[in-house]
Amino acid sequence: MLRSVGYLTVCSFSSPAPQRDTMFPKGTKRKFSDSGEEPVSSGDQVPAAPSVATRSLTSSYSLQRQSLLDMSLIKLQLCHMLVEPNLCRSVLIANTVRQIQEEMTQDGTWQIMTQALAAAQCPTDRLVATEVLCRQTDAAAQAGQSPKPFSVGGLEEGYHAEEVVMEGDVETEVTMSTLAPVSPQLSSASYLAGPFVMGPCWDEDEEEEEEEEEEEDGECEEDEEDDSEDCVSEGEEADRDHLSPDSRTGEQVFGTFEIKHPAPPPDPALEELFSDVDPSYYDLDTVLTGMQSAPKMGPYDLLESLSSHGPTALSSSSSCRSDLNELDHIMEIIVGS
Amino acid sequence: MAGVAGGNDFQWCFSQVKGAIDEDVAEADIISTVEFNYSGELLATGDKGGRVVIFQHEQESKNRPHLRGEYNVYSTFQSHEPEFDYLKSLEIEEKINKIRWLPQQNAAHFLLSTNDKTIKLWKISERDKRAEGYNLKDEDGRLRDPFRITSLRVPVLMPMDLMVEASPRRIFANAHTYHINSISVNSDHETYLSADDLRINLWHLEITDRSFNIVDIKPANMEELTEVITAAECHPLQCNVFVYSSSKGTIRLCDTRAAALCDRQAKFFEEPEDPSSRSFFSEIISSISDVKFSHSGRYMMTRDYLSVKVWDLNMENRPVETYQVHEYLRSKLCSLYENDCIFDKFECCWNGSDSAIMTGSYNNFFRMFDRNTRRDITLEASRESSKPRATLKPRKVSTGGKRKKDEISVDSLDFNKKILHTAWHPKDNVIAVAATNNLYIFQDKIN
Repeated sequence: MLRSVGYLTVCSFSSPAPQRDTMFPKGTKRKFSDSGEEPVSSGDQVPAAPSVATRSLTSSYSLQRQSLLDMSLIKLQLCHMLVEPNLCRSVLIANTVRQIQEEMTQDGTWQIMTQALAAAQCPTDRLVATEVLCRQTDAAAQAGQSPKPFSVGGLEEGYHAEEVVMEGDVETEVTMSTLAPVSPQLSSASYLAGPFVMGPCWDEDEEEEEEEEEEEDGECEEDEEDDSEDCVSEGEEADRDHLSPDSRTGEQVFGTFEIKHPAPPPDPALEELFSDVDPSYYDLDTVLTGMQSAPKMGPYDLLESLSSHGPTALSSSSSCRSDLNELDHIMEIIVGS
Repeated sequence: MAGVAGGNDFQWCFSQVKGAIDEDVAEADIISTVEFNYSGELLATGDKGGRVVIFQHEQESKNRPHLRGEYNVYSTFQSHEPEFDYLKSLEIEEKINKIRWLPQQNAAHFLLSTNDKTIKLWKISERDKRAEGYNLKDEDGRLRDPFRITSLRVPVLMPMDLMVEASPRRIFANAHTYHINSISVNSDHETYLSADDLRINLWHLEITDRSFNIVDIKPANMEELTEVITAAECHPLQCNVFVYSSSKGTIRLCDTRAAALCDRQAKFFEEPEDPSSRSFFSEIISSISDVKFSHSGRYMMTRDYLSVKVWDLNMENRPVETYQVHEYLRSKLCSLYENDCIFDKFECCWNGSDSAIMTGSYNNFFRMFDRNTRRDITLEASRESSKPRATLKPRKVSTGGKRKKDEISVDSLDFNKKILHTAWHPKDNVIAVAATNNLYIFQDKIN
């Protein structure tokens, strides 16, 4: 009996439990059957991992893993609600993504995926900003370094000054775009560094950003006795003077983000509702240059094509309704009605 | 204590249910914490709307001595209001995350209640007398014309209808950047700790403008963050000992005498992972949602997603007992991840004698485990089984193919009906179970 592979058991509540207990329609499996994979038998409880070859070729396992990755990334992005996101949940999801990324890297499937993204990309639409940002990341990638462990910049979101929250929201869009057909270079420009290699220049930006953010954070809290970080009274602008030339590109990026987005910060969950209205909004190019460019594939389109089971993970968009209610609630508080 | 025998030897009966009956549940009415006080006379609940409702145990009536008394509303007050952090453009929820009672020292009762950012000390006091016969004031409060006063009288205390007042005595604010998940009163009754995702602070109950930071696991670079604090508690007897649990399934026991910043633990509790059951969800389900010391102080209990574990404080490498709460969910983890249920934080509690433990599950089920007999029972908090003094029928979830009569299949479980908060009376066999917006009180049938 072919059971769900190894460790990713997928099932749905509504349907009666079939033997295979899988979310995926049968047709999907057939698509990948050409690669001549061996089904993993149920008794095969190989703990550490099945062999790399088996794992990458076993369609249902890699499909499930991919769907889990997609689901996790969406969860991370959609948690930018009006209330501060749950840090524990974000950390756990981020760790899951990290795990998947590590396994896929060992498999070699990670490189395959990023190459596929590169192949799909339109080569003419390169931006100066992204090229500058990604200059060094290429070198790092080619040096064969293992991808920087997945980190969730979004964790910083709820805990920083307003301007940083804006960045955070925009980074959401940046992340979404990384799933769109952009080159690995473009994707490495994403604030959510993780699966796409982050170069040293970016690291520096981020660290400095983090420091600034943390310092601002310390200042924001009154009487925060326990915060040993120095309070920085000046805004981010002043700190930029201390940044090295390379990291100024990071400045450019973040600077653009700030200029681009007026208050209130766009809520990505709401954006999803209006996604059919202006798909280019999600485009990394648009975001970086503030210009409207030719509409590209939106992030969810790509998700559909990557994991051919369709956007089942988007059932979490029901949270959008509650987001709207929260928005009303917030307005009530502000208006004081 | 009466009825000391095991889980199955208890005969749990329905006693009361508090809360609205209608299907439409207002978000603000969802109960977010339940706590008995030290004597068990008072039972406090906090909800998402920031309100605290305190129930008091009425004495048994002489007519029906075989029944324990009932809990009736004693006081209701708004503890926390929603706030808006203008700097971060984020709302601060008024939801009460935890309530902890202080030991009673005089006629008034004190409790600590906390939302994500602010802890408040509330004094609940009774007023059942009123002074009458003032010289300068009329009975309705108007000032009397001093020239009209011809004689003096002594005001007299007259009985009045009982009034229960709640007043905030201390507000401990601005000490937590992250969301507060735990508060715990120390055994010295002077200090308490508060824990958020990354830090733990130690407060003195009298001092609100400063606290000591005793644990800080925030990394210098937030990108390196992989673990957060999920719960913390003070040892019930040793005022220098506390524990905190993490999202990676570890518990650290710390001694405040060792250093000002207890970043290096005195003991580190972790069960080695079973490699054969490893999955992408292993870490998430190992995340500890609650940690509670036993009353004796010798053991502690931790709740992760699928199980409850009892640890001997003297043995760090594995728990002494493990109880499966709903193992049938192990094959559903992906779906539970998708609908976020896998992040639900269930609490757990000990009975007064530490012989039994209780925790909640889905479908309004809750589970009790007897540590001596190793028997367990699943009960349901539902309106259907809410006839007065009706004995609760044990429930069972069918895991195999064949579903027996009266069993419920895993796919039919309602994952929106979750019992996250339960409390056990410190002395008697009375339990309080919070099911969304309803509070159920069950009692053991006394022989």
